[in-house]
Amino acid sequence: MKGISNASPLTVHDLTVAYQKKPVLRNVSLTIPEGKLIGIIGPNGAGKSTLIKAIQGLVPVASGQTQIYGKPYKQQRKLVGYVPQRETVDWDFPTNALDVVLMGRYGKLGWFRRPGKHDRQLSLQCLQKVGMSDYADRQISQLSGGQQQRVFLARALAQEAQLYFMDEPFAGVDAATEKAIIQLLTELKVQQKTVLVVHHDLQTVEEYFDWVIMLNRRIIAAGPTQEVFTTENLHKTYGGRLQHLGAVLSSSPDAVLPEEEPL
Amino acid sequence: MNTLWIILTGALVAASCGFLGCFLILRRMAMLGDAISHAVLPGIVLAFLVSGSRDTLPMLIGAMVAGLLTVFLIQSLHQSGVKTDAAIGVTFTALFSIGVVLVSLYTQQVDLDLDCVLYGEIAYVPWDTWQWGTMDMGPRAVWLIGGVFLLSLLTVGLFYKEIKLCSFDPAMAAAVGIPVLFFHYLLMGLVSLATVASFESVGAILVVAMLVVPAATAYLLTDRLPVMLFLSMGAGILSAGGGYLLATWLDSSIAGAMTAVAGLLFLLSFVFSPRYGLVAKALARRRFRYE
Repeated sequence: MKGISNASPLTVHDLTVAYQKKPVLRNVSLTIPEGKLIGIIGPNGAGKSTLIKAIQGLVPVASGQTQIYGKPYKQQRKLVGYVPQRETVDWDFPTNALDVVLMGRYGKLGWFRRPGKHDRQLSLQCLQKVGMSDYADRQISQLSGGQQQRVFLARALAQEAQLYFMDEPFAGVDAATEKAIIQLLTELKVQQKTVLVVHHDLQTVEEYFDWVIMLNRRIIAAGPTQEVFTTENLHKTYGGRLQHLGAVLSSSPDAVLPEEEPL
Repeated sequence: MNTLWIILTGALVAASCGFLGCFLILRRMAMLGDAISHAVLPGIVLAFLVSGSRDTLPMLIGAMVAGLLTVFLIQSLHQSGVKTDAAIGVTFTALFSIGVVLVSLYTQQVDLDLDCVLYGEIAYVPWDTWQWGTMDMGPRAVWLIGGVFLLSLLTVGLFYKEIKLCSFDPAMAAAVGIPVLFFHYLLMGLVSLATVASFESVGAILVVAMLVVPAATAYLLTDRLPVMLFLSMGAGILSAGGGYLLATWLDSSIAGAMTAVAGLLFLLSFVFSPRYGLVAKALARRRFRYE
């Protein structure tokens, strides 16, 4: 594919982000390997969402550089797909599911061109992949939260990217959607795509992700899940707030989550 | 003939405001339209004072600058921690008051009537004609608002998908490289133009109604953005025509009657909209109960 060299899908060098003088992220440096499913975990306010927004230039950066396949983000937009948090948009917007997925094509279309037949077909296929082809004509406010999340995922698929950022796709979804997301992640991995997922549920980290980034305003650890997802690192990341660490690591179903899901 | 000009002016005002109002409503910025419509006043007065005439161009430029300044000030206040509604309230009242003070100070120099600015007088539209050479080209207001209407249609037509994405999901729009802030100012610039072009006909206060009410009516009637855009224009045009008839029947203010009809149309769609109306909801609940 054009624009892809041997460079890593994503390198972050010494990134610092501050909101009103208070640093949210401090000196973050990362090199991400290609073709991995990568979880970004950390407590509330650790800067997980901020990290993926800063990489895409959506929040102002105090210092540092990021590169996508060896070049600045601005030159590589078309290689990047983004799934924002579901709550960030107004689902009462007058449009249907297929139209939202078509929005994933806008970046590739460029100025003045309208989505064509090919774009529609591709978008329908993307809806199918998330099990939503029956809902293509459905007004988006008539969809359940999980279905809306799947529409967002289909939209990201329609972007036909190499590197994906997903902001808490598993937050507050039903079992069917969770299954659909996992299936999709597996398929993306087979296609050698790289996916970074902001994730909350520590119990499923080992099951879902090959790689994990543990973040609390700075990088605590980043690497293959078996190596870095350890009791010690979890303690460092979550501090005293994580009391049932043993339970989390053994994936016991009654492990207590270290934090509440933000609504 | 005069009747036709008045209705045409009203219809163009209502259609362009309704059309642009859709985007204000969808971005939850209806009150920003309110702010702009008031804050263009100092821009217009300053344009009068500088150019010394009631020419169209300086007025448009003055209004546009004032409108964009409003948007910029609100944005800046908001970014430095003031809540949006407070930022809007502070900005437009400040600018509007400057306008009022200027009008009262220079009332001798400028032929500008505060009543006319606030309430407009659409009935005078047919007599204020545009002379091109020796030819009478028809009412100036029709050309002005017609031009703004076409410009709005053209802009939204060209950048439809960008404007739609900026309205629905600005973060995604920014991520794929669409200049979100540019489109924000572009839309608000158009709103400023539509406001000033509608000023003389319906006045600063009723222009707000035209920005919000037809769009809100259309929003209740459809689930598709293109349909909503057309319906809002339709609702606007209907209000203009119906309002004129109502005004002649009652012998009242034309602009006021137009707004009243717009409000009535909103009420009708609020009650009878096929999916979101009160009647439809009550029927659905009843069905649910009996099942």
